[in-house]
Amino acid sequence: MKLSGAEILLRALELEGVEKIFGYPGGAVLDIYDRLPFSPLKHYLTRHEQGAAHAADGYARATGKVGVCFATSGPGATNLVTGLATAQIDSVPVVAFTGNVPTYMIGNDAFQEVDTVGITRPITKHNFLVKDVKELADTVKKAFHIARTGRPGVVLVDLPKDVTRELADFFEEEYKTPVQIRSYKPVLKGHPGQIKRAAKAIASAERPILYIGGGVVSSGASDLVVKMAEVANIPMAATLMGLTAVPGNHPFFLGMLGMHGTYAANMAIQESDLIIAIGARFDDRVTGKLSEFAPNAKVIHIDIDSAEIGKNRAVDIPIVGDAKLVMEELLPEVEKQVAKNREFYAVREKWILKVRSWKERYPLWYEPSDRVIKPQFVIEKIWEVTKGEAVITTDVGQHQMWVAQYYRFSFPRQLITSGGLGTMGFGVPAAIGAKVGRPDKTVFCISGDGSFQMNMQEIVTAVHYNIPIKVAIINNGFLGMVRQWQGIFYQKNYSQVHLDVQPDFVKLVEAMGGVGLRATKPAEVEAVLKEAMAVDDRPVVIDFIVDREEDVFPMVPPGGALHEMILPSYGKKKEKKAV
Amino acid sequence: MDRKCEQRKHIISVLVENQPGALARIIELFSSRGYNIESLNVGHTEDPSISRITMVAKGDEHTIEQIVKQLRRIIDVFKVRDLTDKKKLDRELLIVRVNVETPEKKEEVMRLVEIFGAQVVDVSKDTYTVELTGDEEQVDAFLELIKPMGIREMARTGRVAMVRALQGETFGEQKE
Ligand SMILES: Cc1ncc(C[n+]2csc(CCOP(=O)(O)OP(=O)(O)O)c2C)c(N)n1
Ligand SMILES: [Mg+2]
Repeated sequence: MKLSGAEILLRALELEGVEKIFGYPGGAVLDIYDRLPFSPLKHYLTRHEQGAAHAADGYARATGKVGVCFATSGPGATNLVTGLATAQIDSVPVVAFTGNVPTYMIGNDAFQEVDTVGITRPITKHNFLVKDVKELADTVKKAFHIARTGRPGVVLVDLPKDVTRELADFFEEEYKTPVQIRSYKPVLKGHPGQIKRAAKAIASAERPILYIGGGVVSSGASDLVVKMAEVANIPMAATLMGLTAVPGNHPFFLGMLGMHGTYAANMAIQESDLIIAIGARFDDRVTGKLSEFAPNAKVIHIDIDSAEIGKNRAVDIPIVGDAKLVMEELLPEVEKQVAKNREFYAVREKWILKVRSWKERYPLWYEPSDRVIKPQFVIEKIWEVTKGEAVITTDVGQHQMWVAQYYRFSFPRQLITSGGLGTMGFGVPAAIGAKVGRPDKTVFCISGDGSFQMNMQEIVTAVHYNIPIKVAIINNGFLGMVRQWQGIFYQKNYSQVHLDVQPDFVKLVEAMGGVGLRATKPAEVEAVLKEAMAVDDRPVVIDFIVDREEDVFPMVPPGGALHEMILPSYGKKKEKKAV
Repeated sequence: MDRKCEQRKHIISVLVENQPGALARIIELFSSRGYNIESLNVGHTEDPSISRITMVAKGDEHTIEQIVKQLRRIIDVFKVRDLTDKKKLDRELLIVRVNVETPEKKEEVMRLVEIFGAQVVDVSKDTYTVELTGDEEQVDAFLELIKPMGIREMARTGRVAMVRALQGETFGEQKE
C-alpha cells in the first residue's frame, strides 16, 4: 500500500515502540502534523523547541528508551540545538526529526531554510537528510538503531517537506527485519583475555577504587558493579552521571568525586594503586590536574567507546565493550580470584579502614541555621519528604552540586542532570519528559533562580497536560556558581551575577496555571514541601529564599590536583578535630 | 627523542561510504578536535559506493592514535589504517608550470624531466608544464631542483597509498 512520507514516519515510529513525542509545529512539518491526530502517538506541545529536546532527553534518561522530538525547519531546528548537544554529550539516545524546505529549494536560502544537517553534525552521533521518500522508512530504522546501540547518542533526521508529502510503498514486515548498516558494528563483548587480566589485577591490588560513570547506569550494570565492590571489598566513587548506580547509603560508597566531590572519594582516588573505571571518561571536572591525578594507580578502563580509552589518561588494561556485558564476565572471574586468595581480606582491610577514616573525619558539612534557609537543608528535606524515592532533575549551578552531594539516591536513573554540557534551563523540561516516562514516580526538579528563568515557559506545558511535576527554586538571588568563582578567584568582584530583579515566582507560576508556594524560614520548609506533595494534577513551584552567599565545598580549584581541595570550615569545633 | 612525543607525518587510509555527509564529518573532526591535516585525497574504490580517503596528518603517537579512533567512531567509516610503518605503495601527482624563457633553461628542465621520469604535457612560448608521479620525496626533490627556474603555478594531489600485496595483508572493503 502507498503511504505519504508523513504516514510512513508515524507508522515507523509506532513500530519502533515510540509512544510519546515532544515537539512544535511549523510550515515545513505541516504534513506530519496533519497526520498526527490519526496516529496513536501522543504528542506534547512544548512552549519552545529547546523544551522539546530536553523533554525527549529527560524521557530517555528516566526510562532508558529512545526519546523523540519534532521541530520545524530554520528557527525550529536551531532552537533544538542546545537540547541535542546536551543529550549527545551525556550519551542519551534521542532521535530528532526536523522539517526542511522541499528538496528542489535546498541551498536557495529559502524561507526558514538552514543547513540543519550541517549545523547539527558536530553535536549528533549521526544525522541524515532524506532526499527521497523511498529511503524514509529505512532511514528511520537506521536512526533508532544508531541512537540506542553502541555508545548511545543523538540522531537527527532532516525531512524536506516534499519527502513528507510524496507517496511510497511501506511494508511493515520488511520494516521489522533487523537493521543492516554495513559500516557500523559496535563492539559489545569484552576481550576474554583482558577480562582475566583485569580480574587478577583487582584481586591483587592493595588500594583499589571503583570509578563509576554514567555508562554503568545506562547499560544497566549498576547491580553487577556494586556486587563486585562487595565481593572484592572495593570502595566506590561515582561521577555526577554515575551517582545513581550505587545506593547512597552503601557502606562502601564514598559519593561523588571530582571538583565538588567528597574528601574521601578524591583522596581514595589519589592514593589508590588501581582505578577500575567503568563507563566513565576521565573528564577534566573529575580528574582536576591530569598530570597529578592518581599518580600511583594502574588503570583498568571499561568503556563501550574505544576512543575514550587512553584519551586523557594512559590505561594499563583496556576493555572495550558494553559495561553490563563486560561485568557479567568480569564478576565471576573476580569471584574466582578472590576465593583463591585467602589473605585477600587482610590485605584490603587497612585500605578500607583508611578510606573510612577519611569519610568520618571530613564529611560533607554546612553550618546549620534556624534563621535563614540553607540550600543544603532544602535538599535534605526534599530527600526526607520524598523518602529518597523521587526522580530528581536539576538545572546547573550550585544547587546542582548540592543535589549531587546531599540527595542520597536509591535506584539507577534517579538523577537526571546535564553533566557534560552543563545546560542551564534543562531541569524543568527534563522533569516534564521524566514524568511523562515515569508517571508512577514523584518527579522533582531542583533548580536555581537563574536557571529556572531560562525555560520557565515550560511550566505552561506541564499545566496544559496536567503533568504534576514539582519544582524547587533554590533562590539565592545570584547566578550562584559564577558568583562563587568570582568570590574565590576574582577577589569578590561580583560582575553581572546579581539577580536582584526577579519576577515574583509564586505569582508567575499561578498566572501560568500552576501552584506557587514560598518558604522564607527554615521552619517553613517541611510544611511547604508537604503541601507541594499533595498536589497531583498540575505543576507546583516552590520558591525557597535561601542564604545568598553559601558556597559549595569541597572544591578543587581549577588547575589544582584532586587532593588540593578547599574544605568547608567545619565550624569552630570540627576544625580543631580535623587538623 | 621519545617516540611517543615525536612529531611525524602519518599516512592514514580510510574506507568510507560514498556520501557527502561522511566526508564532511571527517573534515569537521579535524577542525573540531584541533588536528592538523597536511593533505587529503578522496576517490572511489572498485566499489563506487565506497570511497578511499588518504590523508597525511602530523602529530605524536598519542594524537595519531586519537585521530584513528575518532575516525573509527564515524558511522559511515568502514576501516581506518595508519599505513605509516607498513610496506606500501605511496604516490603523488604533481603538475607544475615553469618559466623557460632561455634555451639554457629549456635544456635544464628537459634534463630534470628525463632524470625523474616526468613528462612535459603542455608548452607555451616561455613555459613548460610538467607532470610527475612519484612518492613524496621524489616530488619534493624535483620541485626543489626546478624552483630556481621560476615556478608559475603548481598543483599537487596529496598522497594516495595502498599496502603492498607482498605484505600479506589486505585492506579490503569488509569491516571485520
Ligand atoms: C545556558 C548556560 N549559560 C550559562 C552558564 C554558566 N553558568 C553556570 S552556573 C551559572 C549560574 C546558575 O545560576 P542559578 O541557576 O541561579 O544557580 P545557582 O548557582 O545560584 O544555584 C551560570 C550562569 C550555563 N551553565 N549554562
Ligand atoms: Mg541562583
